[in-house]
Amino acid sequence: MYTILEKENLAPRVFRYIIQAPDIAKKARPGQFVIIRLDETGERFPITISDMDSNSGTLTVYVQAIGKSSLEMSELHDGDSILDVVGPLGNASEIAKFGTVVLVGGGFGIAAIHPIARALTEAGNHTLSILGARTAELVLLEDAMRKVSSEVCIVTNDGSSGSEGLVTDVLLQKIKEGIPIDRVIAIGPLVMMKSVADLTRSYNIKTTVSLNPIMIDGTGMCGACRVTVGNQMKFACVDGPEFDGHEVDFESLFNRLNSYVSEEYEARQRYIQDTQDKEPCRLEASSQTVSSS
Amino acid sequence: MKSGKKIPRTQPPEQKPEVRRHNFQEVSLGYTPAMAQLEASRCIQCKKPKCMIGCPVRVHIPEFIDLVAQGKFLEAAEKIKESNSLPGITGRVCPQEDQCEKHCVVGIKGEPLAIGKLERFVADFERLHKSGDSLIQTQPTGKRIAIIGAGPAGLTAAGDLAKMGHEVVIFEALHQPGGVLFYGIPQFRLPKDVVEAEIDYLRKLGVEIKVNYVIGQIKSLDELMKEEGFHAVFIGTGAGLPHFLDIPGENLNGVYSANEFLTRVNLMHAWEFPRFDTPIHPHKVIAVVGGGNTALDAARTALRLPTTEKVIVLYRRSREEMPARQEEIQHAEEEGIDFQFLTAPFEFRGKNGWLSQIACYRMALGKPDASDRRRPERIPDSEFEVKADAVIIALGSGVNPLIAKSAEDLQTDSKGHIELADEDINVTSKPGVFAGGDIVTGAATVISAMGAGKKAAQGIHEYVMKGNH
Ligand SMILES: Cc1cc2nc3c(=O)[nH]c(=O)nc-3n(C[C@H](O)[C@H](O)[C@H](O)COP(=O)(O)OP(=O)(O)OC[C@H]3O[C@@H](n4cnc5c(N)ncnc54)[C@H](O)[C@@H]3O)c2cc1C
Ligand SMILES: Cc1cc2nc3c(=O)[nH]c(=O)nc-3n(C[C@H](O)[C@H](O)[C@H](O)COP(=O)(O)OP(=O)(O)OC[C@H]3O[C@@H](n4cnc5c(N)ncnc54)[C@H](O)[C@@H]3O)c2cc1C
Ligand code: SF4
Ligand code: SF4
Ligand code: FES
Repeated sequence: MYTILEKENLAPRVFRYIIQAPDIAKKARPGQFVIIRLDETGERFPITISDMDSNSGTLTVYVQAIGKSSLEMSELHDGDSILDVVGPLGNASEIAKFGTVVLVGGGFGIAAIHPIARALTEAGNHTLSILGARTAELVLLEDAMRKVSSEVCIVTNDGSSGSEGLVTDVLLQKIKEGIPIDRVIAIGPLVMMKSVADLTRSYNIKTTVSLNPIMIDGTGMCGACRVTVGNQMKFACVDGPEFDGHEVDFESLFNRLNSYVSEEYEARQRYIQDTQDKEPCRLEASSQTVSSS
Repeated sequence: MKSGKKIPRTQPPEQKPEVRRHNFQEVSLGYTPAMAQLEASRCIQCKKPKCMIGCPVRVHIPEFIDLVAQGKFLEAAEKIKESNSLPGITGRVCPQEDQCEKHCVVGIKGEPLAIGKLERFVADFERLHKSGDSLIQTQPTGKRIAIIGAGPAGLTAAGDLAKMGHEVVIFEALHQPGGVLFYGIPQFRLPKDVVEAEIDYLRKLGVEIKVNYVIGQIKSLDELMKEEGFHAVFIGTGAGLPHFLDIPGENLNGVYSANEFLTRVNLMHAWEFPRFDTPIHPHKVIAVVGGGNTALDAARTALRLPTTEKVIVLYRRSREEMPARQEEIQHAEEEGIDFQFLTAPFEFRGKNGWLSQIACYRMALGKPDASDRRRPERIPDSEFEVKADAVIIALGSGVNPLIAKSAEDLQTDSKGHIELADEDINVTSKPGVFAGGDIVTGAATVISAMGAGKKAAQGIHEYVMKGNH
């Protein structure tokens, strides 16, 4: 059992959890993830470790409530516990002195970028973080990112914060300004990572992306997380989750991520139905109280 | 000497094929006490029992069968447990026809003793009738042993070491101990309560089981020994890395490794979706590539899912060469699985990202190869398509690299199997580290993994008791 010490609703459907998991906290490094199973009938789902504190023995994760499992998790509160937390899984990000590094974080991908930005800045890099979201309230961790980056640019689709447009607009502008970029790290929705990789390919800037295929065990046993990288089959849970963005076959990953859409939809609808029968709109209600405070 | 040769081998009752193909309950219903005694009476109690030579852990077969014949079932269980601590499991899944029963002298002229079925009967009888385990009280040795992986190798080593008085902690990567016994072999062949009972027994012996611990990621071998104070470590992490075919179309939806398919269904209960959250897509025609136990388990599991209309097994050699157990092949045939022998896929073709067709070649058998089986060769211009909306690839598995990656001083062979420095005690090149089961041998059998766990337990005991570890 793993206790949730603190839960906070940061934006509509976005939650931060601080979870007690001392052994994992001691070992976890930026870029790694955990697999969570909420209860006996739950599924195993991967979540990025956004922060770790070996002194307090805690992990911080950000979860977007989109489907059955993440909605169910959004119903948990301070002091509740999670049945299984496995990790740290996957390889840690490569942390070295590259020179100038651009970190592109989209949506809750910003939560994954945060510890990487901190480690790269500490390693002596000049770090430029480009944070993108649909709208201002979905720009997560802005203050925290300012603390750990040399520079921060915000971009929203509707222009409600920072510049209006896409992260790739800002990235292209920076490339055109002529600053020497030694590496790009992009984490966020798959379409975003693909467009970043497509852009940097033409400028020959090495680009790392973090892939999020469907996973079950997370130990290399099931092969559900297989992705094609450089024409070879890789298992994202043990060979990744970070890969060279220029080598990734994004198309087949898009396709595989859609394989359970109808079952996921069914599970989500049933879940919403069940919880609404008990107590109307609990999720919406809780998100309002916390975000207005 | 009894002269029971004329009594035919007793067949335990089974669920009817047309019934069982729709449920996950065990196929074989097992012996009644009377049936077991009748079958046991066929044993001629050989002075030099050949059957024992075939058993990798040398179960005292004539002695236990004699006790069965006398109706002393609990004593029979004790007798088996002297050499085999998991008889309820081996009685069900050992390839007996290639092991103990193959050598039984009664089998020369008639049918061999049903040693496996008797073993299962005795174990089940004990599980249902024994009130409380007689736990041997041993003097604590003060030595701590870490076991990595809760498959048959790890569980056996843990049990033996706990009985010797050591403090044993098992670290298991999944949320459920049991290894392949849990996530791989389906319940209609090995009911999960049989496995749970064995795990409970270990807990009663004082073994601590820590689930959700992926060693190599959360702790290295050195950390276990230097920081956590373990005096020795046993690695029994199995061969769980699935092989794929490396042909076009393997990323289509509807293409599964056997491990993924079986894990979804067995470990994550996808067959009970939506009560359980993990789904399995509702497929209609499911093909399985392969001919071993894994292929047949996947095929028979697929058949039992509610939306399945047809299951086809594609195997590149003929029925005679199939490595799966005879009994399983027969059960699969009775259940209506369509076997396409001498068939090898070369491309998966799809529509809208989902599998729709499997392009195959017909094969012919040529000269015997290294495995002594006749090598399949492609017949020119024999391409044809099999219609299927899912395919399960069951081609065996390789070794998971996580542990070796975290311990450079642990020697492995070119395929990643851990190498032993002394095969008599299963010790590795790294001091204090022992290993056994599929991680050493490659995919093998439950009983050989248990045998390795046993040998390693003995080796570990001697190692920790002699030095200042
Ligand atoms: C390495 C890794 C790290 C991740 N980190 C985080 C994280 O930090 N925070 C977070 O909220 N989520 C993260 N995810 C995604 C998360 O695991 C899934 O969103 C989760 O399974 C959702 O479960 P659900 O039942 O709520 O939704 P589901 O019902 O499973 O899915 C709802 C919708 O999300 C899509 N989806 C399903 N799985 C994924 C996936 N793996 N990636 C993208 N879309 C998916 C489905 O197609 C569907 O449209 C990560 C995934 C991976 C592989
Ligand atoms: C579908 C299928 C059917 C089979 N049918 C039969 C049969 O009928 N008869 C027969 O005799 N054999 C059969 N086998 C083979 C048999 O199951 C294996 O040979 C046997 O289970 C090997 O035992 P093991 O203890 O070495 O490993 P496993 O059973 O594989 O167990 C290894 C355990 O280690 C855990 N682990 C792995 N890595 C780590 C890590 N880094 N840290 C912590 N834990 C870890 C795994 O999660 C797993 O629980 C079958 C195999 C399969 C896949
Ligand atoms: S353990 Fe297996 S091989 Fe040995 S006697 Fe039992 S069934 Fe036969
Ligand atoms: S070889 Fe057959 S008959 Fe002889 S002791 Fe063994 S089981 Fe009995
Ligand atoms: S999640 Fe199973 S192999 Fe990666």
